[in-house]
Amino acid sequence: MKEKHKQLHQQYVNNLTKQKRYVRLTQCSMLLFFFVFWEVAAALKWIDPLLFSSPSRVWELLLTRIQDGSIVTHTSVTLSETVAGFLLGTALGTVMAGFLWWSPFLSKVLDPYLVVLNSMPKVALGPMLIVGLGPGFTSIIAMGALISIVITTLVVYNAFKEVDENYLKVIRSFGATKRQAFFSVVFPASYPSIISTLKVNVGLSWVGVIVGEFLVSKQGLGYLIVYGFQVFNFTLVMLALLVIAVLATIMYQFVELLEKKLIRRHHT
Amino acid sequence: MAFLELKNVEKTFFSKDSLNEAIRNISFSVMEGEFISIIGPSGCGKTTLLSLISGLVLPTTGKILLDGKEIQRPSPETGYMLQQDYLFPWLTIEENITIGLKTMGNLTETTRKRALLLLKQLGLADHAAKYPNQLSGGMRQRAALVRMLSTGPKLLLLDEPFSALDYQTKLKLEDLVFSTIKEHKKTAILVTHDIGEALVMSDRVILLSHSPGSIQRIFSIPEELKALIPFAARNHSAYNKWFQEVWKELESLERKA
Repeated sequence: MKEKHKQLHQQYVNNLTKQKRYVRLTQCSMLLFFFVFWEVAAALKWIDPLLFSSPSRVWELLLTRIQDGSIVTHTSVTLSETVAGFLLGTALGTVMAGFLWWSPFLSKVLDPYLVVLNSMPKVALGPMLIVGLGPGFTSIIAMGALISIVITTLVVYNAFKEVDENYLKVIRSFGATKRQAFFSVVFPASYPSIISTLKVNVGLSWVGVIVGEFLVSKQGLGYLIVYGFQVFNFTLVMLALLVIAVLATIMYQFVELLEKKLIRRHHT
Repeated sequence: MAFLELKNVEKTFFSKDSLNEAIRNISFSVMEGEFISIIGPSGCGKTTLLSLISGLVLPTTGKILLDGKEIQRPSPETGYMLQQDYLFPWLTIEENITIGLKTMGNLTETTRKRALLLLKQLGLADHAAKYPNQLSGGMRQRAALVRMLSTGPKLLLLDEPFSALDYQTKLKLEDLVFSTIKEHKKTAILVTHDIGEALVMSDRVILLSHSPGSIQRIFSIPEELKALIPFAARNHSAYNKWFQEVWKELESLERKA
């Protein structure tokens, strides 16, 4: 009997691995197909190679740009701006949410303003930022932060409010101050919501930074896109897009890793 | 002198378009080391009464004195245990049971050791490093008991602490909580909707009437039942008679409502 169970379990595990392998295989072949189709379509002029370039040309450009070091500079500029904007937006949004939780009066007063700010397209504030902070990386980081700060405030504040009253009852029965209640209960209980806003913010801060670079910069991937567009070098545009796709994915994976570490115990 | 004294305590909750008188004119006193149960129909303000004694909520009128001092806020003298364990899922059991000490600024090597010893006495020594979701319901409620006891409160407030457990676990835990409380010579107030549980655990049972909650009757449990641990008390010949008595009183209340 035991032997039979073991066998069945082995079979079950094998099935799972097999399924996973099929998923991965399909994913890889889709990607491969995309690039092959793109290359062939460009070579056979199904699509205009001047507009859509081709993988081989993007690859060649990547190699030369790596050799002269320029892609590394542009990438590191954009990446540091994005990471800074992302961290700043998330941190300030969370702190703001903390203040709203602390003072119900403040939260009532600010409610309509937050609603307006949230529905406002933040990139439209770009010109104002540049006028205020100067045409440099400060404005670009501010753009990356601004785009995520309001939504972070709203989502995290809601999470703070929805912490089970009974957890608070427990900590208050030990005579906890409001500060203690916040840091030992409200904040850790809201990790799951904070993490899920992080995931959204990864995408948002890329939007903010790229748009910011469109508007002012002399460096960065956003600048490469605008420049490539202006001189009709779409190979350069495609290269910048691919680099952004890879980096944004890596950043997202990073947040997921953080999620696993922080909230693996959160499900009761 | 009474350890805990309630004098004409009333509590009314206000909201924008209504007011709700939860309890009215409640006076009773509890001696040190006594075990009191509060029972009554659902919504009769049992939990409100417990929150008032804990200092989490203040009475609209009346006074509550603990050791002669009026209760204004939660004090280290009282411990509170809820219907469910409400252990913090992001903390280990050890961190959970010491969070009260930490909050009070009392976490030293000595107090930490005492908390762990208590954990051991309740049979959870091997689980200190685990997280709440790795423990069964009964184990978690025991950990919650340790968390409450770790700060050394003199008055224990138990808000239906067994109601979320299965019957067998509940019976076992009644015995354990009963003997732990007696051993540490604590005063306790238990809120429950289970007549049997109230009878076998306490020295006196206070029956509250329906909205607004006020004292309908106080039953004094005879020595022969008081002396026994809960499980044995349930099998005592006097148990059924008392059960019927309380049952009838409760029924008459429901008929009135």
